[in-house]
Amino acid sequence: MVMSVVDSTFFTLNEVASAIWRAADGVTPLHEIVARDVCPEFEVPVEEALTDAREFVRELSTHGILRISDQPILPSAAAGVPGTS
Amino acid sequence: MNALTAILEATASSRLETRVVEIGGVAIALRTGSAKFARMVEERYAGFVTSCNVPDDSNEIGFEIELLDSAQSYDEDGGDPELDDDLEVTCERGLWRMCRGDFSAEWDALSGRGRIRQAMNPYSLDSVLRIVHSLVLARRGEFLVHAASAIRNGRAFLFAGVSGAGKTTISRLAPADATLLTDEISYVRKSATGYDAHGTPFAGELARPGAHCSAPLGALYLLRQGAENRIDEIDPAMATQALLRNILFFARDAKLVQSVFEGACEFVQRVPVRQLTFRKDAAVWELLG
Repeated sequence: MVMSVVDSTFFTLNEVASAIWRAADGVTPLHEIVARDVCPEFEVPVEEALTDAREFVRELSTHGILRISDQPILPSAAAGVPGTS
Repeated sequence: MNALTAILEATASSRLETRVVEIGGVAIALRTGSAKFARMVEERYAGFVTSCNVPDDSNEIGFEIELLDSAQSYDEDGGDPELDDDLEVTCERGLWRMCRGDFSAEWDALSGRGRIRQAMNPYSLDSVLRIVHSLVLARRGEFLVHAASAIRNGRAFLFAGVSGAGKTTISRLAPADATLLTDEISYVRKSATGYDAHGTPFAGELARPGAHCSAPLGALYLLRQGAENRIDEIDPAMATQALLRNILFFARDAKLVQSVFEGACEFVQRVPVRQLTFRKDAAVWELLG
């Protein structure tokens, strides 16, 4: 379960969402996270997994839980930050 | 703001306003020097504010609220309070400390008194209230759950699941004779015969507080959306695991964590926990009750 610092909203994550959350290091692009941590483990096609993953990170980002960036983010501010590509 | 309004606001702010917010039978008095903040509390917790401007010692739990400028973090080191600071809840010699980027609070569990430093927003106070309630309940094996709940035909039902499983949807589909206790955070307490579910003002996507009432708990349903409406038995170990995944508990305290764990195990032994698969139509409610 994760909670938004911005509006105190809670998210109870399923196993796939948890895997993405754990892998979000501010450096690894989302498509790599999906290919490395989601597709082999949960046996989902890449395109389907990526579509769901994009929706998931977008939802979390609207609550300030996670930041979407098109470039790596400095380690000091990188928790919960996947790239966008 | 004209001069007269400013004077009136300053005069109003010079005295302490108290609002008592009661959830699940646990009353928390909030004292603030800001009439504006007091009004925000009344609006945010509409239906759960049970009294105003009562003596400070008339409630078991009370907080003084110190308001910071909105741009000012409690953290003097600065930084981005939105992302940089995780919530920390720790206890030292009976004094609980709760810190996050947007607030800091202390609460003496023995005296029940505490202090909150936060900006003028409802979310920080929401968080402190949830933490304090979770601490109070944990000692008794009771808990807050990330679940919707509603009363129908005199019995309450909890609906839990991962985000997107349908807590808000099942709440929206509730028939007119159902009373919604919350679409987001449910409040579970023990009773003489089992457990009761209480309404909370903590709202999810529906953006409206639940009803301030309670009823004996009939079942916990773990939600899953599907092509049909169906209720299935589930293994008690899986039920306990699912319940634990949805219990709100924030403190690093081995004794209370143990209490929460044992509380969840006892709950699963005494309350039916079922898998509820449902499609998005109101007919699902015909299966319940």
